[in-house]
Amino acid sequence: MELVDSFAAAVSGITPGQTVMVSGFGSAGQPVELLEALADRGIGGLTIISNNAGNGDGGIARLIALGLVDHVVCSFPRQSDSWHFDEAYRAGRIRLTVVPQGNLAERIRAAGAGIPAFYTPTGYGTLLAEGKETRSFDGRWHVLETALHADVALVKAHRADARGNLVYRKTARNFGPVMAAAARTTIVQVDEVLPPGGIDPEHVVTPGIFVDRVVAARTKAA
Amino acid sequence: MMHFTAPGLERERLAARLARDVPPGSYVNLGIGMPTLVASHLDPEQDVVLHTENGMLGMGPQAEGDAIDLDLVNAGKVPVTETPGCSYFHHADSFAMMRGGHLDLCVLGGLQVSVHGDLANWHTGAPDAIPAVGGAMDLAIGARQVFVMMDLFTRDGACKIVRELTYPVTGLGCVARVYTDRAVLEIAPGAPRVLETFGCTLDELRAATGLELAAP
Repeated sequence: MELVDSFAAAVSGITPGQTVMVSGFGSAGQPVELLEALADRGIGGLTIISNNAGNGDGGIARLIALGLVDHVVCSFPRQSDSWHFDEAYRAGRIRLTVVPQGNLAERIRAAGAGIPAFYTPTGYGTLLAEGKETRSFDGRWHVLETALHADVALVKAHRADARGNLVYRKTARNFGPVMAAAARTTIVQVDEVLPPGGIDPEHVVTPGIFVDRVVAARTKAA
Repeated sequence: MMHFTAPGLERERLAARLARDVPPGSYVNLGIGMPTLVASHLDPEQDVVLHTENGMLGMGPQAEGDAIDLDLVNAGKVPVTETPGCSYFHHADSFAMMRGGHLDLCVLGGLQVSVHGDLANWHTGAPDAIPAVGGAMDLAIGARQVFVMMDLFTRDGACKIVRELTYPVTGLGCVARVYTDRAVLEIAPGAPRVLETFGCTLDELRAATGLELAAP
């Protein structure tokens, strides 16, 4: 695990055309500063995997407004303030793949767990399962869903320790733990970094093995 | 639009009526929109634990003033509060609670419910609509029991309980009961059974809906 001292340095390895997972449910848990640093780099052709397609003018919404996103994979693109996505979508500048929220979470989890595909009852018989393999288990129909991988995950957590172990805050946890495991490179922004032992090992939510890089708003002295 | 002589049940009273049917001690998810009204009608004695799919059990009422914390929101992204004994978890665990059959009851809004218990509530199918599904499909097929809470008729007078869905499917055969301003109906083999009517008789309801409806 590498501790970096700026958001710009944290996102320096991201290249055009990559697939980027972004934690958050609306604003809660969205790594806004990392996304701003990515937008400042002007890297284009991105695929964003996240629950939503941005809101307001910052974060994911800014990447979309700048024309840096080609494709969004999410469960719920529409919000009262998702105007940048709405405009890009209606203008045909962005591709949208809608995935049921639980399938999205489980497909991401599966990627991190090394499971290439799984059968789920969610979505059977709906437009979102069209063209997918189906199979009956115990008299109930299921849909084959595949793992969702990413080149990079951008995650917001509350605290990290020097090993990259993470704890989150309240419902801002949402997609963080599953995305951290699913991407080849996981970059985490936290409110503070604690010295080793600063997080009770019984309380660790994401073990540091899933984390490659941490950037903090502030660092506590050992 | 069918003309009933007496008014139907107004929303808060329908929410209170539904709240009475929530089993004591159950884990419950209340969908966005009309179903959220049910929360304030639950009796503390019922000891119901509310689940919100963005990652919390034991969700409390909406937060106000200094209690607003933008890291603590419900599925509608509205700031909410904790209750003693609440817990947080990630999204994959949250949806495992549904899919895995751990959630006792879910109350969802509806565009249409078919007499077979099929639900449409995520998309009108309009070509210019931006599709957005959220957790609707997961909730519909995951919760052990699904209640739908909706008006019985659209503003244009179309009945929302139908023989076959015309809107895109959310889940097939998943609805147990429908709570509407005109009646509470149970999905049953053959025909929906009317458990209770509001401001109309069963025959008036049959005439207005054009459906075969079974008596309680």
